[in-house]
Amino acid sequence: MTVYVLRRLAQTLLVLFVTSGLVFGGLYLVGDPVEILVNPQADQEERARTAAALGLDKPVLEQYGLFLKGMFAGDLGKSFVFGRPALEVILERMPATLELAFLAMLMSVGLGIPLGLYAGLYPDRKTSKAIMAGSILGFSLPTFWVGLLLIMVFAVQLGWLPSTGRGPTENVFGFSISIFSVEGLRYAFLPSLNLALFKLSLIIRLTRAQVREQALLDYIRFARAKGLPRSRVIGVHLLKNILIPLVTVIGLELGSVIAFAIVTESIFAWPGMGKLVIDSIFQLDRPVVVAYLLVVVFMFIMINLVVDVLYSALDPRVRIAEAK
Amino acid sequence: MLEIENLVTEFATRDGIARAVNDVSFELKPKEILGVVGESGSGKSVLGYSMIGLVDPPGRVVSGSVRFEGRELIGLPEEEMRALRGKRIAMIFQDPMMTLNPVLSIETQMVETVFAHESFDRAKARKICLENLELVGIASPERRLKQYPHEFSGGMRQRVAIAIALLHRPALIIADEPTTALDVTVQGQILYEMQRLVRETGAALVWITHDLSVVAGFADSVAVMYAGRIVENGRTEDVLHSPRHPYTRSLLDSVPANNIGQVRLRQIPGMTPSLARLPAGCSFRERCGHADAQCSSMPEMKTSVRCHHPLC
Repeated sequence: MTVYVLRRLAQTLLVLFVTSGLVFGGLYLVGDPVEILVNPQADQEERARTAAALGLDKPVLEQYGLFLKGMFAGDLGKSFVFGRPALEVILERMPATLELAFLAMLMSVGLGIPLGLYAGLYPDRKTSKAIMAGSILGFSLPTFWVGLLLIMVFAVQLGWLPSTGRGPTENVFGFSISIFSVEGLRYAFLPSLNLALFKLSLIIRLTRAQVREQALLDYIRFARAKGLPRSRVIGVHLLKNILIPLVTVIGLELGSVIAFAIVTESIFAWPGMGKLVIDSIFQLDRPVVVAYLLVVVFMFIMINLVVDVLYSALDPRVRIAEAK
Repeated sequence: MLEIENLVTEFATRDGIARAVNDVSFELKPKEILGVVGESGSGKSVLGYSMIGLVDPPGRVVSGSVRFEGRELIGLPEEEMRALRGKRIAMIFQDPMMTLNPVLSIETQMVETVFAHESFDRAKARKICLENLELVGIASPERRLKQYPHEFSGGMRQRVAIAIALLHRPALIIADEPTTALDVTVQGQILYEMQRLVRETGAALVWITHDLSVVAGFADSVAVMYAGRIVENGRTEDVLHSPRHPYTRSLLDSVPANNIGQVRLRQIPGMTPSLARLPAGCSFRERCGHADAQCSSMPEMKTSVRCHHPLC
């Protein structure tokens, strides 16, 4: 197991290296950040000074080499726009995105699995059909439109919840977190619901399909023939089997919620990483974009690693395959 | 101990109502072994599920009665039925690769069965499990108990399933083709063990199979099913040596072991009819060499055979 985790971490470094190269090259091709950063009336001399200050006067390969050198020392460069370390700028915004992602996943898993179980166990009931119809809507309605609708109904018409921004934050282990207070949750509720809707539908549909498939298998019938109470047949025998595919999807979706909360963050003016990276791309703020992507890639890989470890906890067959 | 009368179990299918179990009646005495023989789709498995209350929608037991130890099981509330399942009536299934839950340890799956019916402490429950693993011939039960199903061979898994079925010393065990998925040698071992175990624990056994040779060895009596009905029943040697229903005769003729050398195997012409579209009259009429005009009315079950023209 330890060897396995170490090998995965080594692979992570390789992936980070390749990603950084691709993003670095890509942004170099897009345009010259100096053009955006300096005053349009600036003369040639001032442009050269800016370029030199940002290290943009060197050949691109040398720039990349310097960047790599910094990366291994934990320094991802300074933001052109903010003049502060890029990583610091990103990490500052990360708690906001993470708490949104966390709430959204909590909603989609906490609601999705029970609703999916219900719809799978009682496929002919009206409630189940309503759940499935709802999930199709959640699946196909565009996020931005649903977000606007949520604001219109709950913030404008009913006036129950605030429409934009983030609530008051408090310092928890050095991170500013807003969701530990009722007021903060009021702000976070609509954006996380918006973000959760698609995942929720996905989890409902996946759970239902799994239940429908697994409930017909002999081990369920045997569990019932043993005289087990229904709650145990479903809650232990069935659930543990359907969790195996669900964990994979939940892991992937958590990654994508963190990385692609951009639309929701824009609509609700949520000060997260998504908003930051969009702005940075427009301003060709290369260090921030590169650092952001590296952070996201790193998180994706970590989530996948956790999923794999969880897998072996859930499925004894995987455990054996590894030992061999 | 077990009396089944006019049992009817139906499934609503796209083609219409399929009667998987049609007017089935038989009796079973304590410690008796009954072989239920039939082809795929003859309703023999559904008969087993009907007895233990495991017929799932779209199927349901429509009418008839299953009396077990003096209690009527049809229409019994689910909680009372659950209390009987695994306790007084146990069932084992065809494919041991599928019946044990792949993600739970043998210990979990055995101990939960003890706890489903008894409130022992865990140590005592474990002890019972170990004893039963030993009883079905599993070596080093202490180590095996901690393992998962994929660490067992097919025959060993079926032994575990049998050990689980025996945990509460049920009065009746329903075995739905438990040896079909196994090698012939393993099949022999399991048959032998089963015979020994029912004798030791005093359970009655309903052995559902498509294999007449399995039944020949150890069942006291045999019921032959065709298209949801019992077409012939009686003591094993009578049914196998002097079958009276043409279907039983054809079934016996199609066993390869009876044709040694280069003799062409006898086949039953045609196919098992769809249960939703049975021909009028005797269901076997269209495949039977003896059928005549009389066969277009349903024959009664008389002196252990349902046929207008019984052989012998």
